[in-house]
Amino acid sequence: MLDDTESYVTADGRTIGGVVLDLKSITLRFGGVEAIKNISFDIREGEIRAIIGPNGAGKSSMLNVISGFYVPQEGEVWFRGERRPQMKPYQVAQQGIARTFQNIALFEGMSVLDNVMTGRLNKMKTGLWSQALWKGKAEREENENREAVEKIIDFLEIQSIRKTPVGRLPYGLKKRVELARALAAEPTILLLDEPMAGMNVEEKEDMCRFILDVNDEFGTTIALIEHDMGVVMDLSDRVVVMDYGRKIGDGTPDEVRNNQDVIDAYLGVSHD
Amino acid sequence: MFYREAGDFKTSYGADNQTFPIKFDRYRYYAVLAIAYLVIPFIINDYWANALFVPFLIYAIAAIGLNILVGYGGQVSLGTGGFMAVGAYAAYKLMTAFPDVSIMIHVILAGGITAIVGVLFGLPSLRIKGFYLAVATLAAQFFLVWLFNKVPWFYNYSASGQINAPERTVFGVLVTGPNTEAWAKYLICLVFVTAAGIIARNLTRGSVGRKWMAIRDMDIAAEIIGVNPLTAKLSAFAVSSFFIGVSGALFFAVYLGAVEVGEAFGINKSFLVLFMVIIGGLGSIFGSFAGAAFLVLLPVALKIVGVDVLGWPTDIVSHLQLVIVGALIVIFLIAEPHGLAQLWRVAKEKLRLWPFPY
Repeated sequence: MLDDTESYVTADGRTIGGVVLDLKSITLRFGGVEAIKNISFDIREGEIRAIIGPNGAGKSSMLNVISGFYVPQEGEVWFRGERRPQMKPYQVAQQGIARTFQNIALFEGMSVLDNVMTGRLNKMKTGLWSQALWKGKAEREENENREAVEKIIDFLEIQSIRKTPVGRLPYGLKKRVELARALAAEPTILLLDEPMAGMNVEEKEDMCRFILDVNDEFGTTIALIEHDMGVVMDLSDRVVVMDYGRKIGDGTPDEVRNNQDVIDAYLGVSHD
Repeated sequence: MFYREAGDFKTSYGADNQTFPIKFDRYRYYAVLAIAYLVIPFIINDYWANALFVPFLIYAIAAIGLNILVGYGGQVSLGTGGFMAVGAYAAYKLMTAFPDVSIMIHVILAGGITAIVGVLFGLPSLRIKGFYLAVATLAAQFFLVWLFNKVPWFYNYSASGQINAPERTVFGVLVTGPNTEAWAKYLICLVFVTAAGIIARNLTRGSVGRKWMAIRDMDIAAEIIGVNPLTAKLSAFAVSSFFIGVSGALFFAVYLGAVEVGEAFGINKSFLVLFMVIIGGLGSIFGSFAGAAFLVLLPVALKIVGVDVLGWPTDIVSHLQLVIVGALIVIFLIAEPHGLAQLWRVAKEKLRLWPFPY
């Protein structure tokens, strides 16, 4: 078993660092329903961590706990070795945790460029007064951030739709723009809630490539929820399996695949 | 044939991001400014100033203000009349209390005071949205009008309950009071409109504007990328109320001269400015101008056509006017819900490719 601060090198040569986000015995209740029951797991720096499980297992609730939408009744979230106090979602974002949503949550009225630019709002600090004058500080800041955003637009190959209103785009591209917006914030941890839901095979392959590239080039830690087992087993370094709010498996894809509880949860158990 | 972007290459992000990226648009903008500043002041007379230009300019400021709140920030407000009244009464109190200070500063300060009041009445927006927020701002409208009627301190204990603008000058030229020249009224409003337009454009194209639009389009997603909804919504209320306050101050001091609050800043005013914003186009600075021009121009145009050209009696024309304006608003909402600004945008898109659209 690895220590919290130890790092190791994977088979494909990537270095996985120490624990960056640690969830300790999280319990989340909605009234009488226990959505998450006493779950602990950690995310290491630079790894791709998958969360899988059947529908209603509490995966999205888990992400919502991490990003501050839900406040767990019990348990602690540790970020970079410190216990995180209760936070609003925008404060979590300012700490460097970005995410995408299961149902696309883009700003439909704005262009692709503006949407991606919103990802950098945390980096843009000029006040209302300099903004009103525009010339000077505000303009300089805008152009610097635009340059950073253009890199991400190049990276995700969405140059041609830069000025298109998001509302006009097809579903697969919207997912990509949402990823671009999350990346623009230069997050430490990127949470992806079903990044490949509803996509065809080619779009899935594209998305997989982008996720691997992001992890590779920016060294971003990624936690993703996904239902496509092939994708999960190929992409991720470690997998958490949830079922009915409980954790039933945790480990490398191979370990998880051979875990009897996981097989039971996915294939069912005979009751004779 | 001049309306082309081909060959007009942008080599910096600043150039790509400018307000008028197409050369023709840029020159047209300078031409409009030149005519507004250098030609109209010399040919304007009292009738055109009072019937058309001055109300258009003042309503344009109010529409820009409301558009920032409704069109960019996504927070519906029916309190515009009330906030204009705050601007008017603040300007009045300042003008009478500090007669030596320039009226320009008073108008700006009046906007600042309105911004504070606007933030106060914007606080419910943190909890409620849409129609419910509209009702909350409606309360602001009625409360503020009631307040200015009930508390005599606001109208300096005058017997009529009215407020009257004292005579004030800018650079030695009279700009308020009954003896003001038409061109002076026009020019002072024009200066404020130009400033308001530029400031509004700057605010809406940068990070502040993106925060507002993010909250408008999807508040949950806005929060997840790090927008604090409290500061984003309240800054929208503050900036919007500032412009509305400035327009209220000008409406009272420069345009009307004497104001009875219920009459000048009643609920009708709130709806009028809201219609301007909706007809002009939500989320567009140009739309604010277009909407203000449309709703100021239309009654005047109808009156000229009805009374002067067709020779109908005035009362029939004024009734017809209400019918036609109402019908036009309905037609507009059905045919082009995104307003005049969208028509303009479509026209420009077509013009870019004209005469070979394929």
